Amino acid sequence: MSSLLLKGARVVDPAVKLDVVADVLVEDGMISCVCEGGCVDAPADAEVLDLSGKVLLPGLVDMHVHLREPGFEYREDIESGTRAAAHGGFTAVAAMANTNPVIDEGAAVEFVISKAEDLGYVKVYPMGAITVGLKGKQLAEMNDMVKAGAIAFSDDGAGIQDPLLMRRAMEYAVVFDALIVAHCEDEKLVDGGVVHEGLVATRLGVAGAPSLSESLAVARDIELARLTGARLHIAHVSTKESVELIRAAKAAGDVRVSAEVTPHHLVLNENALDKTYDTNFKMNPPLRSEEDQAALIEGLLDGTLDAIATDHAPHAPHEKELEFELANMGTTGLETALPLVVESLVASGKMDWSLLVERMAHGPRKVLDLDLVTLEAGSVADLTIVDPEAEAVVTKDWLLGKGKNSAFLGRTLKGLASDVLVDGKLVMRDGKIVEGE
Amino acid sequence: MSMVKSKHLLNIEDFTNDEILAVLENAKTFKEINDRPIKKLPTLRGRTIVNLFLEPSTRTRGSFELAQKRLSADSLNFSASASATTKGESLIDTAQTFDAMKVDMVIVRHKYAGTPYVLTQHMDAHIVNGGDGINEHPTQTLLDLFTIQEKMGRIEGLTVGIVGDIVHSRVAGSLAPALKRLGARVIFVAPPAYQPVVPEELGAEVSYDFDAVLPELDVVCLLRIQGERAEGLSVPSIREYAGLYGLNKWRADNLMKKNAIILHPGPMNRGVEITADVIADPRTYVLDQVNAGVATRMAVMYMMLGGEAGE
Repeated sequence: MSSLLLKGARVVDPAVKLDVVADVLVEDGMISCVCEGGCVDAPADAEVLDLSGKVLLPGLVDMHVHLREPGFEYREDIESGTRAAAHGGFTAVAAMANTNPVIDEGAAVEFVISKAEDLGYVKVYPMGAITVGLKGKQLAEMNDMVKAGAIAFSDDGAGIQDPLLMRRAMEYAVVFDALIVAHCEDEKLVDGGVVHEGLVATRLGVAGAPSLSESLAVARDIELARLTGARLHIAHVSTKESVELIRAAKAAGDVRVSAEVTPHHLVLNENALDKTYDTNFKMNPPLRSEEDQAALIEGLLDGTLDAIATDHAPHAPHEKELEFELANMGTTGLETALPLVVESLVASGKMDWSLLVERMAHGPRKVLDLDLVTLEAGSVADLTIVDPEAEAVVTKDWLLGKGKNSAFLGRTLKGLASDVLVDGKLVMRDGKIVEGE
Repeated sequence: MSMVKSKHLLNIEDFTNDEILAVLENAKTFKEINDRPIKKLPTLRGRTIVNLFLEPSTRTRGSFELAQKRLSADSLNFSASASATTKGESLIDTAQTFDAMKVDMVIVRHKYAGTPYVLTQHMDAHIVNGGDGINEHPTQTLLDLFTIQEKMGRIEGLTVGIVGDIVHSRVAGSLAPALKRLGARVIFVAPPAYQPVVPEELGAEVSYDFDAVLPELDVVCLLRIQGERAEGLSVPSIREYAGLYGLNKWRADNLMKKNAIILHPGPMNRGVEITADVIADPRTYVLDQVNAGVATRMAVMYMMLGGEAGE
């Protein structure tokens, strides 16, 4: 097989305590050496990429993505979604189960895996549903899905309302040491709310969902994980109270709990919404207060929140260009996440590149119990290369995913992925997707 | 030339204080015309106005329609029952359809907040919000201000109590900030479940105690409580609500200022937020509000459309 010499990038990986300008030689899909001061023993026929001025990282993973296939291919499909993922600098994504049909049996998991192998630009790890049809009534066949390759289990899209059912799901998950990814939302307390119950609800004259509708469910699920010993991951944390509960649980040390936060909750708050009722700012959980936003950043920095995950939720125009209260919830995220984090957290000095690697590469892999990709000989060459100076205006044309419902349309973002390698193969080169043969 | 800066009236904040006062001034003239035997002016002859009422309404719609007729505008009524929206046509399709018909103004009433803004993005016409969800109802505010100004001689310096289901009321959403802006003090009187999340955002103070606040009020603006939302959840019972927050004869006689006035945007629930004998109290100006509604809406349409191209 061919070899690829990645020359002159700043190579960052806290797992091997690396932050240095070095060459990286990739052979047969694996890293064969990381050499400070230049690679002298690279094969003469190696393709050489000059990456000076760029930053080379272990491949980023987005552990919360809605690829929409099967069933909602008009919003996104495995091909378009993974293309968007590569464009955004990700080498792997975990796909949520709220498709049609729902991914609630082994055959459905196999479908996603085989489709992704055929057409995917990046790796896809399917999640299975916790309950049949995501209806929250009856446990789905977990063993069948584990055998087929499901990475975790989630009813994401809606919370499991019945505490007994969640208890049974966690107890059963212990049999396989399977990860339960919880969408924490008490629907009774949401009571029809479509924005944060705070300033914005009053300002816009729409019903609000209180922070408690999330944190009460977070508290419940942490206690259930404590009771059952299950591995619990809290999806899209949005409130300061939830951060506090997770921090306390981790400090207690007797619960296996992890958590993620979305880029939009890190960089936006409810003040993004005004009387223009832009439905691209309608998401679930809603954008919360400035205080919540600050608590999420703090939680991300101190490790309470393990991963940044986008909750990439593509929708068709006719599902978004509606009355605010009727529009679907969600923003796309795959293509904007990295530059948003680089801009608002790295460039601003709040975090360094090593911490970005922890939260966007190592963190999600640890949560999903995957082997880490490390920048050392013998590791799989899933790599993300960032050009900290590259800029783009987020437009519908610039976004490669089918869903154009980005909360960041019109914004200029700086710090884009330039090149992406999956198993040593370039899927993006100089900001352009490398199309399959 | 339009006599207001904003092309649309979506929220009360679209009108400056001076523009609001000019509406009230013009409405005074129109109100006199409404007392004449021949109640018609040629002002908006040749202008087309659509009343897009996608939620049931009797008084607001009737008021706008009459106001249009008296200004000689051509109006078209499009109501929820006859609407294409029930056949799955989206709001945007409806907007584009009327836009293609070249109408000058659309009055829109809708169940959901922000709908009037959506129309502005798909139409050239002036848009007037006739009430959107639980958000705002700016022309109701203008007629309330007119009535207060007419009966009290001023707005500045008054203390106004808004009593009832405030969080689910589009009336309070427009009225409170406008009153505040014009120098009045606003107090929301209701149990917590009926208070907005952040009352200060609307410029209001909060009280749970009607009896304590009532003696201070110059204007008592009662709002209806929404039956289906009320009993057993937001309040234990209608009876208990009426006992605590209903304006009854005893309260009106013993706690209310002699020169205070009572307003209600309607529809009224007798025996809940207001009793029949209080409706008959000379300090109650509910029908004056309805009367002012036509004149105020004439003033709004005249100021937004009057003298535009074509004249």
